[in-house]
Amino acid sequence: MAGASQQQRVIVVGGGLAGLAAAVRITEGGIPVDLFSIVPVKRSHSVCAQGGINACNDIARQQGYSEHEHFDETIYGGDFLAHQPPVYEMAQMAPRIIDLLDRMGVPFNRTAEGQRDLRLFGGSLYKRTHFSGATTGQQLMYALDEQVRRAEAAGKVHKYEHWEFLRPVLDEMGACRGIVAQDLRTMQIRAFRADAVVMATGGCGLVFGQSTNSVMCTGAAASRCYQAGVKYANGEFIQVHPTAIPGADKLRLMSESARGEGGRVWVPGKKDASGAWGPHPQPGMDPRQIPDEDRYYFLEERYPAYGNIVPRDIATREIFNVCLEGMGVGGGRMVYLDLSFKPREELERKLGGIMEIYRKFVGEDPCEFPMKIFPGVHYSMGGLWTRYTPKSDLRGLEKGAPGNMMTNVEGLYAFGEVNYQYHGANRLGANALLSCIFDGLFNGESVVNYVRDNAHAPASAVEQGLYAGAEQIEGDKEKDLLARDGDQNVYEISAELGDEMTEASTVIKTGERLQRAIDKVAELRDRYRRIGVADASMWTNQALSFAKSVGDMIAIGDAILRGGMLREESRGSHYRADHPERNDERFLKSTIAEFDPQSKTASITFEDVEVGMVEPRKRTYGKIEPASGQKAGAKTEPAGASN
Amino acid sequence: MAAEASTGMNERVIRVRLKRQDGPDARPRWESFDVPVGTGSNVTSVLQWICAHPVTVEGKNTTPPVYDSGCLEEVCGSCTMVVNGRVRQACSALIDHYCPKDGDELTLEPMTKFPVVRDLSVDRSRLFSNLERMRAWVPVDGTYDLGAGPEETPEAQQTRYVLSTCMSCGCCLEACPQYTLETDEEAWDRAFVGAAVISQARYFNMHETGSSLKKVRLTELSGPGGVSDCGNAQNCVNVCPKEIPLTESIAAIGRQVTAHNIRQFFSGD
Repeated sequence: MAGASQQQRVIVVGGGLAGLAAAVRITEGGIPVDLFSIVPVKRSHSVCAQGGINACNDIARQQGYSEHEHFDETIYGGDFLAHQPPVYEMAQMAPRIIDLLDRMGVPFNRTAEGQRDLRLFGGSLYKRTHFSGATTGQQLMYALDEQVRRAEAAGKVHKYEHWEFLRPVLDEMGACRGIVAQDLRTMQIRAFRADAVVMATGGCGLVFGQSTNSVMCTGAAASRCYQAGVKYANGEFIQVHPTAIPGADKLRLMSESARGEGGRVWVPGKKDASGAWGPHPQPGMDPRQIPDEDRYYFLEERYPAYGNIVPRDIATREIFNVCLEGMGVGGGRMVYLDLSFKPREELERKLGGIMEIYRKFVGEDPCEFPMKIFPGVHYSMGGLWTRYTPKSDLRGLEKGAPGNMMTNVEGLYAFGEVNYQYHGANRLGANALLSCIFDGLFNGESVVNYVRDNAHAPASAVEQGLYAGAEQIEGDKEKDLLARDGDQNVYEISAELGDEMTEASTVIKTGERLQRAIDKVAELRDRYRRIGVADASMWTNQALSFAKSVGDMIAIGDAILRGGMLREESRGSHYRADHPERNDERFLKSTIAEFDPQSKTASITFEDVEVGMVEPRKRTYGKIEPASGQKAGAKTEPAGASN
Repeated sequence: MAAEASTGMNERVIRVRLKRQDGPDARPRWESFDVPVGTGSNVTSVLQWICAHPVTVEGKNTTPPVYDSGCLEEVCGSCTMVVNGRVRQACSALIDHYCPKDGDELTLEPMTKFPVVRDLSVDRSRLFSNLERMRAWVPVDGTYDLGAGPEETPEAQQTRYVLSTCMSCGCCLEACPQYTLETDEEAWDRAFVGAAVISQARYFNMHETGSSLKKVRLTELSGPGGVSDCGNAQNCVNVCPKEIPLTESIAAIGRQVTAHNIRQFFSGD
């Protein structure tokens, strides 16, 4: 539709790293963007990311590291479940993304010489993580927020903050032509036209009740796409971060950078005559009084090569198991993460942000006391299914191909945590910020090309009836919800959903327990029909918005459980005690959930993973035979990589 | 979301007085709630509990209170409110500190320098609008690969880093005697911009590329509502949850504005 570009617009839903990067790139391509966000974009969940962002760099390169190595680590870390071409492209672009952020003014930590400083992170033996204190997500997001504000001042971006996405608008051909959204102040429900829509709405931690996520990370937006016909893939792969601070309202993240900077994980213990560890006689005593020989550094003992920086799924299971064996701090569900032996000045300079969080929320100084931590739900590797156009040799993606990161609904894209790419069965630390920005910058160009080459009439020419009808559906759904005057409390339903999901579908799963959870979720779905909404106001009605999202959380919860039920193997974050081995023959496949509107449940199929360059190998991180010739075990630490 | 308000230790019940307002033009009113709390409770978990149990101490059913929250770890800036008379983030306001004993009272009010949307939620769009006015960005030449940014000493990075942790929460503005409630957007260009925005101007002026817009920023800050409106009360720096040296920023911008004005006087440009 040459000449129509003046009228063409793209909607981006979500103002975190992925959404902001997309808005920057798409406007740079000449297409104006309408940016929708529940919160002012500067308050998006990306601010919570702490540790850093991975990329090959000059020092690591001279030690033998490369973009290919970054790619390989990511595939191995994800237990070979990630499609390889997009990961390859991401690793290639990573150094240029760091340069760009640097130019945008991100205050990356510096060495004495003024170079960008680097730290060690999980799943790598090379320092390849760039960081800005321990608030890297906040700093990167602010840099992109500033660029979007600049585009807004120039009239290229229109922000709809305090607006919630309700549904995609699909035409009779099934292509996406806009969205329906709700103003969270006036509660107005309104349809918006768009020539393409980018979902960048993050993860679904709140489905698990307590998590490290912000309160808006309900997964409702992804669920609404899923219920409208978008495939949801690898839902059962939920990252449980090994080190979170337990709390009444949320689990606060204690960054992997704490371990990257030398933090040691241990529990009080006693070695018996045979050298085997057992519980300490006084597991609750002042940790500062426990001598070194009574400290069981279980990650260092079990993984001599990687030690405390094994990938997250492994650290989480080891911490969980050591507590199950009765060796947790005070006999309970906690272990120590110790930085207290490091100089205070260095901790404040490199980790000040997280030291402060621990001091403020726990009331103890981590420069003096080891921190008490336990795993918490953190990241969804799974999400909306997306396609891509690989290069013919599978090394990377065709730049600008309109299909890159488009869902099965034409014109509807998914960027960042909300899609299922890059991280496979387990995400490596400091790869999330990278994948979000990569999606926005690299695949933003695909959106521009799709809009420019669009064979359809522009959205401005679509008949108004399509939008009026979509508004009507959402208006009727809301009326129905408000008319329910049942005895069920929607907050209790969400709390029960969270407890059930956490118990059945996080660190250790079994088929039997997952089946019970599926039944429980069916019961919650039934009770949800009998809720009462405690506020009928049509002005800033948070209770109504929350009630809506609980229905969507139930739908996603069901998809997560059913995928986990059918995946009878253990891979990355998905550990089935009744099927403890990885089974490539049956399950080197993506799990695809499709919503069945009749039963309101997921039907699951499997689809082959695009392997490409790296053949699946055993993933041990040197636990069994550090010198067995396995790639990871055979590696020795490069000089200068660990101080 | 409907978290337990406590972790199970030191269980007790506190009395929460909540200032409520149904909309921007509605009259405020007070409601009280008895809330079970324990070690680990904070103001946000108390509000979550009230939302799930919206019954006042008189036994009257009411609507769940409206409030802002986000990350719950003091990096997003959402949950600013007035807790027992002092502005702060609700998420880091621990109940053990405010209400150590059974029956202790907690008072929650919205900020007063921003228009109330509903209950504890206020409209802070003026803050973001002022960031735009201040050209609070680095004017890069697009996103194509042009190599690394300017080199920087670790000392300069540490100074910029602290300034960059400003989460636009508004605490410094609520505490400032010179910052006033302006419901009319027309007044936003003339009323005092406040410490947060001045500090951001300093942040961008410190960056090699960002400083190309220094003159524009200083022109904005030398006019009405600019840095000379600061009354030097120093409340801002005392309430900043990120401990940003806001008074240093105001002094630094004050010096830059003075130099800028002298240059303008002599060169006229």
